[in-house]
Amino acid sequence: MNEHHHIISYKKLTAIWLALLALTALTVAITRVELGGYKVLGALVIACAKAGLVIAVFMHMKYEGRLLRWLLFLALLTLAIFIGLTFFDVLYR
Amino acid sequence: MDSNVQKVTAQPSCFWNDTGKSGLTSWIFSTDHKRIGLLYFYATFGFFLTGVLLGLLLRVELMAPGRTIVGPQTYNALFTVHGVVMIFLFIIPGIPGAFGNMVMPIQVGARDVSFPRLNLLSWWLYITGAIIILTSLFSGGGAPDTGWTFYVPFSSRTGTNVSLAVFGVFIVGFSSILTGVNFVTTIHRLRAEGMTWGRLPLFTWSLYATAWVQILATPILAITLVLIMTERLLGAGLFDPARGGDPIMYQHLFWIYSHPAVYIMILPAMGIVSDIIPVFSRKPIFGYKMIAFSSIAIAAAGSLVWGHHMFTSGMSDTAVMVFSFLTFVVAIPSAIKVFNWVSTLYRGSISLEAPMLFALSFILLFSIGGLSGLILGSAATDVHVHDTHFVVGHFHYVMFGGTGFAIFAAMHYWLPKFYGRRYAEKPAVVAWALMFTGFNVLYFTMQVLGMKGMPRRYYDYLPEFATLNLVATVGSWILAAGLVIMLVNLFRGLWWGAPFEGNPWGGATLEWSIPTPPPTENFVEEPTVTHGPYDFTGIGR
Repeated sequence: MNEHHHIISYKKLTAIWLALLALTALTVAITRVELGGYKVLGALVIACAKAGLVIAVFMHMKYEGRLLRWLLFLALLTLAIFIGLTFFDVLYR
Repeated sequence: MDSNVQKVTAQPSCFWNDTGKSGLTSWIFSTDHKRIGLLYFYATFGFFLTGVLLGLLLRVELMAPGRTIVGPQTYNALFTVHGVVMIFLFIIPGIPGAFGNMVMPIQVGARDVSFPRLNLLSWWLYITGAIIILTSLFSGGGAPDTGWTFYVPFSSRTGTNVSLAVFGVFIVGFSSILTGVNFVTTIHRLRAEGMTWGRLPLFTWSLYATAWVQILATPILAITLVLIMTERLLGAGLFDPARGGDPIMYQHLFWIYSHPAVYIMILPAMGIVSDIIPVFSRKPIFGYKMIAFSSIAIAAAGSLVWGHHMFTSGMSDTAVMVFSFLTFVVAIPSAIKVFNWVSTLYRGSISLEAPMLFALSFILLFSIGGLSGLILGSAATDVHVHDTHFVVGHFHYVMFGGTGFAIFAAMHYWLPKFYGRRYAEKPAVVAWALMFTGFNVLYFTMQVLGMKGMPRRYYDYLPEFATLNLVATVGSWILAAGLVIMLVNLFRGLWWGAPFEGNPWGGATLEWSIPTPPPTENFVEEPTVTHGPYDFTGIGR
């Protein structure tokens, strides 16, 4: 199929790395703020953003075709449903 | 007669002799999907027989109240190992690994699966995991006694060798994922010219749906098992309420995989039945598209119902209602299949040979198992029969009466194709009749016992349950007698029986269009598919 190899510049890779470090710092920072029940949500949102950056750039998903993206989406959706239904129990317990 | 007694391997160029290697290495390092399929078949079936033996011992112990042959600790180990061996080493890898590997690439018109070496690795991972599980029985603190579900807190505290057993299951899980990846890729990329999605045999469709469940659900089992190991080896406290953990979280994680795993077991069995029934009814399958679609629907909806194992565990009532509702949703695609099989039979020209008898029993036994499943899926009734023998009867109806009988059907239907020899019909029918009778005596009695309140996994019971337990044990002997006759007859036939040539069943799927036994690369020339899998026009018997 598509044998084209996408090369990402060092500048961009470094920028992403710095963004990941900043997000990590943010994860630590929000534990010091009183957010109550939203603390877990905040941590998960930041973690998802970081994972998204890694998948899109470091793992090249940004440059892949539709089929692979769709398959990844399916896997993530399944995971989201599994976590969602589990938390649903905890939420109403 | 003498001319029949000829080794199959002496036949001209086929996958039995045309490999360039010889002896054991030509098998255990083969990348031929048919050889790997047979390796899987003999390995999984060996474990099935081990599981049967353990099951028979359990029944002998329960034959009368009090101690019969083993003590309570051995009894706990027996039902745990029976479950682990049957589930993880036989029924999950059974159909995809054995018949999926043997038949599916031929059915789609391919020379092999997409990744033949990965396929071999998958078998080796399976064997490695199996050896680790077996080692766990005889080392450390002895055979695990937790039940196959490894529920915490007991599994994190018991002194038996849970860690090693769990690690073995972890390895077997990877084998399952690799098979799934291989099958999805093969079905997408290696279909022959003219083999459209609408012409895929339903067995292949069911393997496709199964493969997705294997890929998406198995990693969660792996994570769960790693968590048990961290709990045992590092004392992480993840499931310990005293340290902020949650034991119900374990049950969620476990069943997120293990309920979909039930569909890994039953979906390919439904595929086998969907392939056999039209052939022995001489009629195209009724509702092809709906059967194919219902496989996908079962795989998808079946992944969202795990909570129905936890109605009495302390889960929230809202979650109980949601999971109960979702469970009833799965009944719809399952019923679609049953109604379509029955409609296929209607006005068909039915011939009752062994594969068909096993396939027909599947419909009945699976329906009984499925309907008793709805009793368990309704939260109100489940509270009464939860953890009783009713549950044990229910899942044996689905798993053994369903998947087990489908595997027996497949053995009689497809193995002669690969050996080029056939079994004798009469003993096969006698064996079927014995097994069908023994099966119902054994498991229907269990369901009655459960309704009367006999708990599962208990070593001893009240005197009022004695008669029915004796009946169930006698049933297990009838079943075992049938099994022995079936195996002796089948394998005697496969090695020394009458030749099985051409297309004796009159199947219309691609595997019946190639020489018997199949050549190494399956097709002498690239096939072009011009008709559907159940279009019997011009195909005689």
